[in-house]
Amino acid sequence: MSKQAMIEAKNLTIGYGDFDLLKNTNYVVNESDIFIIMGSSGCGKSSMLRVLTGLLPPKEGKVIIDGVDMQNAPTKQIQKIREKSGILYQSGALFSSMTLAENIALPLEQYSDYSPATIKELASLKLALVGLKGFDNFYPSEISGGMKKRAGLARALALDPKILYFDEPSAGLDPISSRNLDDLIIEINQSLGTTIVVVTHELASIFAIGNNSIFLNGATKSITARGDPKELLKNPPNQEVYEFLTRGEKNATK
Amino acid sequence: MSDDMKISKSDNVQIFAKNGVLQVVFCADVENTSYDIFEKDFLNTLNDNIKTIKIEAKNLKNWDSSLLLMVFKAIEYAKKNNIKYDISSLPDNLQNLSDLAFAVDRKPTKNTKTRLPFLDNVGFKTILLCRTISGVLTYIRNVLSSLGRLISLKSVMRKVDFLAALEECGPKAIAIVALISFLVGLILAFVGAVQLQTFGAQIYVASLVTIGMCRIMGAIMVGIIIAGRTGSAYAATIGTMQVNEELDALQTMGISKFDFLVLPRFLALIISMPILTMLADIMGMIGGAFVGVVLLNLPAQEYWKFAFNAFTLKNFLVGIFHGFCFGIIISLCGCYSGLNCGRNADSVGISTTKSVVSAIVWMIVATGIITVICQELGI
Repeated sequence: MSKQAMIEAKNLTIGYGDFDLLKNTNYVVNESDIFIIMGSSGCGKSSMLRVLTGLLPPKEGKVIIDGVDMQNAPTKQIQKIREKSGILYQSGALFSSMTLAENIALPLEQYSDYSPATIKELASLKLALVGLKGFDNFYPSEISGGMKKRAGLARALALDPKILYFDEPSAGLDPISSRNLDDLIIEINQSLGTTIVVVTHELASIFAIGNNSIFLNGATKSITARGDPKELLKNPPNQEVYEFLTRGEKNATK
Repeated sequence: MSDDMKISKSDNVQIFAKNGVLQVVFCADVENTSYDIFEKDFLNTLNDNIKTIKIEAKNLKNWDSSLLLMVFKAIEYAKKNNIKYDISSLPDNLQNLSDLAFAVDRKPTKNTKTRLPFLDNVGFKTILLCRTISGVLTYIRNVLSSLGRLISLKSVMRKVDFLAALEECGPKAIAIVALISFLVGLILAFVGAVQLQTFGAQIYVASLVTIGMCRIMGAIMVGIIIAGRTGSAYAATIGTMQVNEELDALQTMGISKFDFLVLPRFLALIISMPILTMLADIMGMIGGAFVGVVLLNLPAQEYWKFAFNAFTLKNFLVGIFHGFCFGIIISLCGCYSGLNCGRNADSVGISTTKSVVSAIVWMIVATGIITVICQELGI
């Protein structure tokens, strides 16, 4: 049975001011995919994520999420989609004046009808899910970088999102923490069926978690490869993708 | 210059010119060598007969980046002037390093900034100004909408954030406000006393200090202290949240940053500023009394009698109103600067400075406007 399209980018042009980063890009992220947006530094990966999450309006084209045109739909409909999306930022982006439990409770207080006691318990549960059981009353400044990312993930999971976005999840993490986070991403995807979009250029993560991907090329301002990263490594469509996926091997490809 | 001669005065860096070949020889230790001297000798040696530059090393022991710089510059000169060069007798590591220095990964992007003609520049600046004004008006509209949501009980402002902001700009500011206001009252009394003494009217120092502090000086001093202390903290806190992507997180969670960040700070300041102004008025009067009674030897009872006679509810309320307006201005300027902060550490510093400067400028403008209105209304 074919999967349903969760995110569709149609003729998307992204840029700032007069400068275009990517032009006329099209791709589809299917339900329950772990979709990797990869490419070299400065090619527009993070900007693409900002467009998908509504932080940056596209210059042209549109993003359709779960059937809703995010550029033209009524605000309430867009808000509903946003409520069903969670984002883990590079730094975790936890609110420093709040404890971990309060950080996680914030979206629940905003969008759910749960009682304060239930919200507190749910916050504890989400923290336990990411391996931070008992850290409810810790402040972000009292935990390590890897734990901050886990707590950020717990907050992203607060509203049981249908889509989870990750911006460079491995950045600044040691190999073991990075691997643990990858395992967590796979676990969430398999257990909850969440569609996951990851922006990264960490090869180990790309091959460990990704089952679909696009490769952004900053020079041509376009998508130059798409598909399962492992397949792309076996049959690289161009030299740039080959070099990227092999950490700079110069062997010519087909 | 004759051919076939040693040019360089240095023993470790020798430059020879012979049969159209310029030979640069590095010997023994080449560390901390002045590039300026090398460049001078090197350029002096070059002439139209030089067809090849040969760079060699003899018994080279210790060397540092100054040697690499000389090699790099010599090769660069050769390439630029289409002169052959030979570095094959240099040690492998030096050859590799010089190759690395010339390996261009990516061409630098051409700087597209061009100087605009005068009229274009005026137009461009006008558009920028219009955008800024539009941005400020949108910001004020958003703050008012947020206030509206608070009144209609739909705001997501957290009570704990409001109380924390209130504590920060209220009780925690009392000591500094009290001290500065006491000193301002003291200074005001001193300056006034010097002039009033010439008429034998020192006792009117009490009236001068009371009217001055209650009507305007108390509020202005509190405004300046709070702009520097609290307004800048607002800008820095919110600016840092911008850098740490916390504002993005709020936006993507669909939580209004005006309800969550601006409103608690705004309310805290408009509540605490009038109270701090009252405190400043009292402390200023005490400062004046200190000068009058202790230093000018005026009878205390007499001093306070004149002070209370000069105290009017009208002046007091004008001062409190100033404080209230300054509270609005400081909170709006601080939060605006924070929300419009860039995404790096520098930007936080810039937005902090902007918040203080703009708050003080707008406080002075507001004082002017209030003074004119009071004058017109006969207050």
